[in-house]
Amino acid sequence: MGNGACLIESPDAVPEGSGGRSQPDSPWRAQIEAVFRREHASILATLVRRCGGDFFQAEDLLAEAFARALEVWPRQGMPDRPAAWIQTVAQRRRIDQQRQRGSSEELSPDHSGASVFPSEPDEAFAGEDDRLRLIFTCCHPALDREARVALTLQALCGLTAQEIARAYLTRTTTMSQRLVRAKRKIRQAGVPYRVPTGEEVAPRLATVLRVLYLVFNEGYSATEGDDLLRHELAEEAIALTGQLCEWLPQEPDVRGLHALMRLQHARRWARTTPDGDWVGLAEQDRSLWDRAAVIAATGDLEEVLREAPPGPYTLQAAIAAVHAEAPRAEDTDWEQIVALYDRLLLVDPSPVVELNRLVAVAQHRGAEEALRQWDQRVDASALDGYLYLHATYGELLAQVGRSAEAREAFQKALYHAENRAERRLLLRKLAQLGPTEGG
Amino acid sequence: MRYMLLIHAAEEIYAKMSEAEMGQLMAGYGRFTTELEAAGALLGGERLQDVENATTVRVRGGKTEVTDGPFAETKEQFGGYYMIEAKDLDEAIAWAAKVPCSANGCVEVRPIWEMEPA
Repeated sequence: MGNGACLIESPDAVPEGSGGRSQPDSPWRAQIEAVFRREHASILATLVRRCGGDFFQAEDLLAEAFARALEVWPRQGMPDRPAAWIQTVAQRRRIDQQRQRGSSEELSPDHSGASVFPSEPDEAFAGEDDRLRLIFTCCHPALDREARVALTLQALCGLTAQEIARAYLTRTTTMSQRLVRAKRKIRQAGVPYRVPTGEEVAPRLATVLRVLYLVFNEGYSATEGDDLLRHELAEEAIALTGQLCEWLPQEPDVRGLHALMRLQHARRWARTTPDGDWVGLAEQDRSLWDRAAVIAATGDLEEVLREAPPGPYTLQAAIAAVHAEAPRAEDTDWEQIVALYDRLLLVDPSPVVELNRLVAVAQHRGAEEALRQWDQRVDASALDGYLYLHATYGELLAQVGRSAEAREAFQKALYHAENRAERRLLLRKLAQLGPTEGG
Repeated sequence: MRYMLLIHAAEEIYAKMSEAEMGQLMAGYGRFTTELEAAGALLGGERLQDVENATTVRVRGGKTEVTDGPFAETKEQFGGYYMIEAKDLDEAIAWAAKVPCSANGCVEVRPIWEMEPA
């Protein structure tokens, strides 16, 4: 994503044509953009702290420092530690600005002062904490849910508002406004720039993981749009979750989520036809699954499972792993999958999990049994607008030959379908039921 | 930072409460206020009378229009506030979660618009 596109502009700006500070073909531009992509999160994270939590100021400083790199590096050569160079230039500029405002007392959100020049050898140590602060702040529950996702992609993955807008099929101006609003709220409402501690950790980490999983899933659930872009979005989420595993080694469910994402991503080439139609797990060509990725993720998952009682993402990863180890759909160990869903219901009960469990029950002990459990376990009213509820119900009814009821369920599902692939799948299911009885 | 905790709850809940339950609720508010005070975080706070005693005033075209009731009919009504001092939003949220009515109504946390010193 973002190969060469407007990375060095102010992050919320809509790029204006091709007019940049240097020639767009300059080999330096590509190199500097590579540094930007790689180091963006850690540099920004530290700058936000130094600016007392002000994202706008930190981003302006970052953009200025990169613009400076575009002027200086082609003349003087790439510095040995480009990230430290950028950091230092930005920091110096910040102090200049403060001096200009003439308020020396404001000099200390941290105690870095002027002594940091020319570069700080210990910056690498502070960097990790700052990136954790950054991710917890971007995923703060006081921010709008969509803004959390966008802010995480921008601040931690270095995507521009334009790229995020493209991935989410919104207009760049809409996305920019969403980002600006979130950053303003962080500043005005006093959203703190810190890693939560004690009792706060669990709920706040859950919010972070949900945002990461949302970023990952958005790569798949948006069925219109650019395939490659969506895979890259999923890969950004995987990479960021991988980093979070290193930053929070004491939180096993982060590693569970990392394994879950990689197991699902391993199936990316098998889940749609070349025409963009969905292919269910049972019908997927398993030779298209990325075996190396499955093996690596399963290995990590087994380690997590040995260490601690599994959290919700670890359990979902375990379910994905059971699917992954079956050479053919009919070899799936459904009994184990039902048992894993039962455990998942204990740690993280939800109507969706209940529904998925019943799908597994149908595979393990037949659709009759699943339908018997349906009424007592599924709260249809809570999920009435949920396509998957009606589609699943229809599928079970079709399997036991209750075609008329199945047709009704599929039609309800069709009513809630949001995209072409979903509609086509449901129309196929309806066609398979045969003609309406009695005309 | 200064924050306002705006307490909203359905008034009918209180109408249905027994005397003992009401006493418990009030004792809860007493404890909460004491805790705020002890932490040096209390800047002010009041309970309001029910919305049936509310009057809404608008000036339109120079004329004062007065109507009975709150400005908007809502399921939950604004019933009181605390003004607090907190380090950041997390601290304000932690206080808000301790307001007894957050258990059956909700508390809106709003930072105060601080005027720049002239």
